[in-house]
Amino acid sequence: MERLYDLAEVLRSKNAGPLHITLDLLFADEATYRRVADSEALTPGVVSELYEMAPEQVKIVHFDAANAIKITIPRKGPTSGAPGDRDVYGAQQHGPLLGLMIP
Amino acid sequence: MDELRVLSVCGNLGYGFPKTSLDNGLARDPHIMGADNGSTDAGPYYLGSGDQLTKREQIRRDLGFSLAAARKKKIPYIIGSAGTAGGNPHVDSVLDTMRELAKRDGHRFKLAVIRSEMDKEFIKRAVREKKTRTLGKLPELTEEMVDESVRIVGQMGLEPFMTALEGGADVVLAGRSCDTAIYTSYAAMQGFDLGLAFHMAKIIECGAQCALPIGANDCILGTLREDHFELEPMNEGMRVTPGSVAAHMMYEQPDPYLFYEPEGVIDLKDSEFEQIGERRVRVSGSRFVQAQTPTIKIEGVRLRGYRTIAVAGMTDPRLIASLDEVEANVKNTVADMVRGALSPEDYELRFIFYGRDGVMGRLAADESSAPREVGVVMEAIAKDQTTANAVLSLTRSTFLHAGFEGRKATAGNLAFPFSPSDFEGGPVYEFHIYHLVELEDASAPFEVEFAQVG
Repeated sequence: MERLYDLAEVLRSKNAGPLHITLDLLFADEATYRRVADSEALTPGVVSELYEMAPEQVKIVHFDAANAIKITIPRKGPTSGAPGDRDVYGAQQHGPLLGLMIP
Repeated sequence: MDELRVLSVCGNLGYGFPKTSLDNGLARDPHIMGADNGSTDAGPYYLGSGDQLTKREQIRRDLGFSLAAARKKKIPYIIGSAGTAGGNPHVDSVLDTMRELAKRDGHRFKLAVIRSEMDKEFIKRAVREKKTRTLGKLPELTEEMVDESVRIVGQMGLEPFMTALEGGADVVLAGRSCDTAIYTSYAAMQGFDLGLAFHMAKIIECGAQCALPIGANDCILGTLREDHFELEPMNEGMRVTPGSVAAHMMYEQPDPYLFYEPEGVIDLKDSEFEQIGERRVRVSGSRFVQAQTPTIKIEGVRLRGYRTIAVAGMTDPRLIASLDEVEANVKNTVADMVRGALSPEDYELRFIFYGRDGVMGRLAADESSAPREVGVVMEAIAKDQTTANAVLSLTRSTFLHAGFEGRKATAGNLAFPFSPSDFEGGPVYEFHIYHLVELEDASAPFEVEFAQVG
């Protein structure tokens, strides 16, 4: 088992418009990408638990051309930059994924 | 036309690009130049206030170089999402800088200005005709939401740009724009495949963000041909690879295989990426599927009040362990103190504890180790600045001297880094409109005005 943070070459989050956060996982090679993509460790169910939302709100796309996985979730709190928001650009929302263990 | 060479100056005009990259781009004899100048990324403040994220000095530098380059080559230059948010004050500010530069450098050209502020009656009519729809968590649009907005802009697609170019504009300065329309409009006029043209535009609108090393603030050349396009960074220290270009399709958008424009959807499932030489990539196979009814995205903000903040640090272990208790006590004390003058709905009070859970809130909860230091941002929002200042001042002094179980550091709870400790943040806005509007004619709300400069 290894941490997702250690396996990914890029692990980032960013606004996709003011209503959604998109999380990108890019892997250095196809083998590592397949290891994560084919595991049952990263599913809408798992992500929904980490971010405390319903599984149907989590969209996961595998993108073979870039050895990458994209996860898009709605912002749970206010819209980007509204009172109570704490990450206007959505650039530090990847924390809950870091420790995810991949077989 | 066998090939169309499009030079993207940078991902955001004003962030600063290397002049040598622009010179390299010019040496390739581009047919057209473009630059994006806006985004919603920096939040609702800019659309609400009319201020720009990039300051006039930054625009003066980047626009000065790029405008001179376009005029030297006598090629059209398109700038989209002027002044961060693309509203009238934003367009007017960039326009003012452009006129100043034209005078300074002796440029003469035909200018087209395309405005994107939406008439409220126009949007309310769309609401009544049920032609608007929400894009997520916001409620469906109502006439009341339109009325309470400070400003609404629409993201223009291809047509207003084509009108400007067909009218002979040398320079096009546009309000809020689809980033892709900046770079696709001329290709569409020349009859190039729209799937390829949009895909190329989607990549180069971020400057050389798709390159290695990543460089959003750098120039890239897109060369569009009948059945493919090629990308080449204009900084000789950068290159693109199939992997870097494909990876860029992930950036800031929800789906790497599809993206939506007012005119239709671009399908990238069959796109292929091929390395050409050391530094170029060829892309083919991207497809455009036309929408039945054009739609545009509209963005609007409302005023929530005025903000004052204070920043301080804490090191006392018992205090750090008692922050929830202290926060509750401070809020209660403040409510007691203002009773009679303010009711609970007249102000908002928030505490962000950096070092504990400032960014992620409860998702960051880690009970295993107590932080050695915690920073607090205290925030008050009220209906006017004076009230926000007063509420924050009361909050700060209450927090400084707040008691809690087992307190040992009885002289003060907060280490202030600054004197004065409190900062006015000015007006606070909120995106409350981020919706789609169906239009019979996608160019209708965007007026194109021509003017001679110089």
